[in-house]
Order: sequence, then C-alpha cells, then structure tokens
Amino acid sequence: MTAAVTTEPAGTAPVPPTATTFLREVAEASATPTRLELCIQCGTCGGSCPSAADMEHTPRQLFAMVRAGMRDEVLRSNTPWMCVSCHLCAIRCPQEIRIPDVMAVLKSIADREGTTPGSAAPDFSRTFIGNIDRYGRSYEMGLVAKHYLRHYPLRLPGMAPAGISMLAKGRMSLGIRRIRQLDQLKAILERAGELETQA
Amino acid sequence: MTATTPSTPYLYYPGCSMDGSGRAYGDSLEIVSERLGLALEEIDDWNCCGAFEYAAVSQQRAYALVGRNLALAEQQRNGTSTVVAPCSACFLNLAKTDYSLRTDAGLAANVNAALDAGGLHYDPGSVQVRHLLEVIVHEVGLDAVREQVTAPLKGLRVAPYLGCLVTRPDYDRHWTLREHPEEFDRLLSALGADVVDFPLRTDCCGGHMTQISPDTGLELIRRLVDGADRLEADMLVTVCPMCQMNVDLYQAEMNHRFGTSHHMPILFFTQLMGLAFGAEPKAVGIGTEIVSARYALNQMKVRAFESPAEEAAAPPARRPSRRSAALPMPRMTQADGGATNGSAPDGGEVAS
Repeated sequence: MTAAVTTEPAGTAPVPPTATTFLREVAEASATPTRLELCIQCGTCGGSCPSAADMEHTPRQLFAMVRAGMRDEVLRSNTPWMCVSCHLCAIRCPQEIRIPDVMAVLKSIADREGTTPGSAAPDFSRTFIGNIDRYGRSYEMGLVAKHYLRHYPLRLPGMAPAGISMLAKGRMSLGIRRIRQLDQLKAILERAGELETQA
Repeated sequence: MTATTPSTPYLYYPGCSMDGSGRAYGDSLEIVSERLGLALEEIDDWNCCGAFEYAAVSQQRAYALVGRNLALAEQQRNGTSTVVAPCSACFLNLAKTDYSLRTDAGLAANVNAALDAGGLHYDPGSVQVRHLLEVIVHEVGLDAVREQVTAPLKGLRVAPYLGCLVTRPDYDRHWTLREHPEEFDRLLSALGADVVDFPLRTDCCGGHMTQISPDTGLELIRRLVDGADRLEADMLVTVCPMCQMNVDLYQAEMNHRFGTSHHMPILFFTQLMGLAFGAEPKAVGIGTEIVSARYALNQMKVRAFESPAEEAAAPPARRPSRRSAALPMPRMTQADGGATNGSAPDGGEVAS
C-alpha cells in the first residue's frame, strides 16, 4: 500500500479561523469531519466523476463556491443530487476529502431549507426514507409506484413490460415487510433527530 | 460431491433486495454457501441500511439507522464477529458507519446516545464488516471453490463487473487495487469461464439515477453494456443487486433511448458459481432476469440447455458471431437447426 501524503490523520482537520460562515456551517452540519477545508482545487474529483457532465457545477467548482460563501447558489445547484456515490473522487482526492459525504451534507441542508433544485431527486429520497421510517425496510413496489406516477408517468408505458416481468418472476413483492421492533427503531431515529437539531 | 464442513457461522446482513429484486442472488447464495460450508446466520430483525437516501436528509439519523444493525450484530456475536453483506450499498453503509464511529469519538457518542433510546449500544470496531465476494475470495479461497466445480463454465465469455462500492473506499484494505482489482476475475476463472479483461469493472451502474435522472442513469448503463459488447462478452457478472437491476431492468429503455439493440444479460456471480457446482439453472434463479441469459448460457460447450422452443427460436437481435475470424462479410440469413451454437443469428448484417 502506498502511503498517501497527508499532514494529519483523516477526520481531524480543524476548520481554519478564516473560513467563511458557509464553510463553517457545512462543517458543523457534517456528522463527522469531511476535510473539505483542505481542498486544493486540483479538479481530480470532477475529472473522475461519471455524472459530472450532467452537473451544473463540477465538484471542484462547488467546493470553491462553498468557500466563497455562495450559499444560495450552492444550495440550489443540482450537483450534490447528481452524485452517484461511486467514491472514485474520494479515493483519488490527494487531500482525502470525504467528497460523497460533503455532497450528502449539502443535500441535507438544501432539503431542510427547501432550496432543492427542481428535480425528482429530493422527492425520491423522502419517499424512500418515509418507507424506512414506517416499516424499517425498503418497500420497492410502493416506492416505484408512487415515484413513477408522480415524476415519470410518461416512462410507465415503456417500463410496463419489464415491470410486469419483475412481478411475474417474483422479483417485486406487493406485500410490505416490517421489522418486529419498529418502536425501538423509531425511538432511536427520533433521538438521533433531536441530536441533529441540537448541534 | 459433499459439502465441506461448516465453519463458524458468519453474521449475515441480507439487505432489502435479497428477497425482492435480487431474489436470484439470495436463492443462488443459499445453494453456494451450503456447498462451500459457508454458514450464514441472519442478523435478527435487521433494518434497511438507508441506501444513499437517508444521509441526504439527515446525517445523524442515517448513522443511527445503520448503528442499530451494528448493535444487533454485536449482540448476536457468538464465536464470530464478521458481518457479511452481499449488497454493495449495504456493505458500504455498514462499513462506513463502523469506520466513522471508530475514527470519530464524537459521532460514536451521538450514535450511542440515539441507540440508547432503543436500549442498544455499539462498541465501534466490535464487528468486522465484509462483502460476500471478498469473504469467498479471501476466506473460503479459490482452491475450495475449485474443489466444488463439477460443470466448468467452458466457453462462457464473461465480463466481471464489480461496480463501485465493493472496492471503494475499502476502509480496511482488503483489495489489491481499488479501481482495477483482479480477484473477481480469478474467481470466475476458477469456475472455468473465459474472463474478459473488462476495463469498466469498477465503473458506476448509475445507482439511483435511473429513478431521479434517467439521462444520467441510462448513459452509464449504455457505457457498461456497450463496453461488454465490444469485448464480445456473453454476459456481465455482478456482485450487487442494484447493479443487476439497473443493467437488467433498464436495458430496454436504454436501447430505446439510444437507438441501440444490445442484448447483454447480467447475472449474479453466485448464480454462475451454482451452475459450475452442478446446480440446476432454475434453482439458482436463471430465468428471473429480464434480459434472458439462456442464449448466452448456450454458448457453453459442456452444459447445454435442452429446453426446446424458447431458446432455439429467438436468439437476440444483434449478436455477432464472435468466433468468426474472417473480415466483415455479409452473412447468410438462414441459420441451420437449433441456431444456438455460434451460428450467425443476425442474418444479413455485417459483422462488426
């Protein structure tokens, strides 16, 4: 294993006192340090990114904007929502910034403030986690039905044969699976939510 | 052939896909794990890992959600502390959460404060999270796999497709390389398959992009399928239910979008292991794929599928005969007899 050159072990970089308010806000909203403040603007992230072509800003640009305090533009950018979480940028980043985590933090701030871009992405996340909160498990059939009817009704005819195959081949269950100790999970998630708002 | 002696059981985190869209993965794993003596003990009452969606809404809740699974696994330890996950997204979320809790005491305190509300606790690092493929390659070992092979996959040309998250970020450094690892190739070779050097083996399948940004998702699927086709692979072989679903379920939409006519089946590696171990195709879920693998499996010299009409009748539209070494030439339209073994199904078309 080749040793990566880093000045400090991952996760312990302090946010410099000169950081803009928004960079601080992002750092504070992260559940665990992302090292974003160490970005050297090399652009390796965007060059590695499989979905960069569909992003309004490349990751490098977005990080420069975060540091420049361009809060509104960042929170309205589609970039975090286009991240496929493939971790190519993360392993190539010379500063070992946890880039997919940065994207997740930016998404959660945008979601909280209702400044998400006009795409199906935020709604997909909400529907998905709504099922987890209710059942403890993912519910593919409900998710797909709700999501496609709301966002992609025109894709449905084209998808129908494959969808029917999925049902016929037993790959999609109509029934809902629930965990037994749903109350326990709910209590845990509720407490975690309180910790987030306290932070 | 008898199964090897069962070892200490591993703690098993199946994830939501294994009895849903990835049912063939679950069914074939059951057969393969028994043959390999790989005992898997399901974590009792596990919950969804949150995929990539939970962290997009709430970081603390996302970590606590996975924390519950780790805490349940810790409680259930009994001679073993290894958690095996077959789904790459589940694997990443479990591994990432454990890693983050190990390296960040503040986060660990928060997650445990949340778990406490449910009467649970997790000591970071008390279980080791590993992907199923990695356990088979490194723990079971290729020699043990070879011992079980009774029907080698001779003549089956496969493109090994790992996807992103098995080898990245690889917190515990299980793999030789994170972008072009070769371990998966070696496993498939051990099954007797002809393995192509697939440069896109750790490229992204698009993840949830097929649901939220079809332009992006379908393009990523196109790259994979086109890449495998160019290398004249009979099929892609995957280790992840999400990769399988994207390439399989959305291939028709992708073809429609780009005006292509690819027919590239994608199977789980455990399905191929099962076939090589002599299991019946149906038992390992062959036939549950949307893009049929029957024609591709008929490429195998040893193990032909004998079911009549269906396969003989309809070879996929664009399937150049890869065994032709000649220069591109117009082909005869009429293929003789069964039309399944290397004869040109794409009548009249110029071979690429």
